[in-house]
Amino acid sequence: MTHTKYPLSNTCTARRRKCFKSQIAVVAVLLAIAVLVVPAPMSLAAPQERHIRIEASRFQYTPSVVSVNPGDRVTIDLTSTDVVHGLYVDDYALNITADPGQTTRLTFVADKAGTFALRCSAPCGPIHPFMVGRLNVGSNGLLWRAIGIASVVAFAGLWWFRK
Amino acid sequence: MMRYELTQIPWLKRLLVSRWPIFLVRAVVLAGFVLTIVAGLVGSPVGSHNFAIIFVWIAWWSFLKLLAIPFGGRAWCAVCPIPMAGEWMQQGALVGRSARGIGLNRAWPKQFRNIWIPTGAFAMIGLFSAVILTLPRVTGWVLLGFIAVALVVSLVYERRAFCRHICPIGGFIGLYSRLAPVEVRVRDRAECATHADKTCVTGNEQGYGCPWQAVPLALVQNTNCGLCMECLRSCSRDNIAVNLRPFGADMGRRAGRSLDQAYFGFMMLGSVAVYSTVMLGAWGKLKTAAFEVGSVAWLSYAAVFLAFTLGVLPGLFLLAVWAGRKLAGSTLSLRKTFIAQSHALISLGLLAWVAFTVSFAFAKFSYVWSVLSDPFGWGWNLFGTAHVPWTPYLMNLAPMLQVLALLGGLIWTSVWVRRIAQEELLEKQAVRQSLPVMLFCLLFTIGMLWLLIG
Repeated sequence: MTHTKYPLSNTCTARRRKCFKSQIAVVAVLLAIAVLVVPAPMSLAAPQERHIRIEASRFQYTPSVVSVNPGDRVTIDLTSTDVVHGLYVDDYALNITADPGQTTRLTFVADKAGTFALRCSAPCGPIHPFMVGRLNVGSNGLLWRAIGIASVVAFAGLWWFRK
Repeated sequence: MMRYELTQIPWLKRLLVSRWPIFLVRAVVLAGFVLTIVAGLVGSPVGSHNFAIIFVWIAWWSFLKLLAIPFGGRAWCAVCPIPMAGEWMQQGALVGRSARGIGLNRAWPKQFRNIWIPTGAFAMIGLFSAVILTLPRVTGWVLLGFIAVALVVSLVYERRAFCRHICPIGGFIGLYSRLAPVEVRVRDRAECATHADKTCVTGNEQGYGCPWQAVPLALVQNTNCGLCMECLRSCSRDNIAVNLRPFGADMGRRAGRSLDQAYFGFMMLGSVAVYSTVMLGAWGKLKTAAFEVGSVAWLSYAAVFLAFTLGVLPGLFLLAVWAGRKLAGSTLSLRKTFIAQSHALISLGLLAWVAFTVSFAFAKFSYVWSVLSDPFGWGWNLFGTAHVPWTPYLMNLAPMLQVLALLGGLIWTSVWVRRIAQEELLEKQAVRQSLPVMLFCLLFTIGMLWLLIG
């Protein structure tokens, strides 16, 4: 009977492995779904008027990061301190420019949540293509969910993708 | 592993064997390259109005990372204009086969038969990137410099020594071409082994010996195959195939795992993180520091760049590998494990570059329309598109694409971290060895996520 012992043992090991892989897959998928469906923290603050002054100078906005709550009515006063600068808000597709020493006003309702780049839209010098800022509207759900899923898949992959 | 031989398709094989299709593409690319250099040197100094900056750093560089390398491997190298002049002089012909070339045909020095020089060259590009990427004249001079070096190297050394041992972009493409779903390989290894003449190496009337100095029989990964199709022409036994294959088919190969390759990989990982910080971050002072070459701020930037790419990143990875060895109780040498495990980072690196590229390619692509009509920034309007306003494209999709790219890279890397560990270790040991390495990969991915969408 010894000649059947090893094949049987191998079969059991293979089954156990398959079962373990399935368990890993189920746990990973459940965790990933949990990360995706858990609601993002909501701001309890009522929408309000926000008045923000942004100074544009050589390749940077000051402040470079602006945070508001979803639903806020945002007014940005863009002031340029050197040459003509612009301010384009990604996804909102809003655009203004400010001449040197002048201030231009942009008002909008922050009705899209997430993090958006603020880009200079008027060629202002060599580094112009990389002159960017950030607008945070509420929490950055995409970032936190992506980090959660990355944490799940990184370690689930170790057990799942064996040779 | 599954393969589909493209050279079984008669018309495609004829197309690949003929020198004319590649020559025609090279001629068009060369014309574009000359226009790029001229525009860089005499055109508008404003980068967004100059063909050189927009076509090299927005169109071509993005095309390379988003499409050409992931799907075609070294396909770009087959039509790259930089070594053309030198290669044509070496071969003594533009299209046909000739034996009247000029050059000393010396062998490339043994001590430099690695990719330490491309690593250094890529580091130099990184140090001066803010200037090269934004000033048209600098881009023009850099490209001219590349041509000059390639020409001199071709006249002194045999074949495409510049492409294989010097070109930083060649190193970049070679590293990530291992993931591409295209390969040139020997069809029947036994047939090749019995072929004493090895015309694919020595050349014959139909084709030159491999310009990349590869031996097709020994070719097990894409890094040193320039997809030039010379072996397809010169193999007198019709034993060379161009195959479609699964993505990442070279990753399980142990050949080509060496310290220089590992370090080049870290240079790539470090560079993409630094570029994401400097170019896409909201820190204006960092951008100014990277731009003001020679200033104290730039020297600090240069020191941090080199320390991070060549010291901190490999150092942290070494620490992870060391911790993994301790956890696994492995007796394998630390150096060997470090080199082998760093190979797994190739997929993470390529997809990090893809995610980085999405950020600026989508945002800046609309500049292409205006410089097509006005390549020198002189007020021309050749095709009526000179006044197309700058408009970022698909910015609502970009963050999601970046997340998918980075997560895809992490998952793909986890496959190879584990499989490479299991080459030498038992199953449980392999998992333990892999845990700290995956922690490193996870932290890198989180860092990139934060830089790109945070």
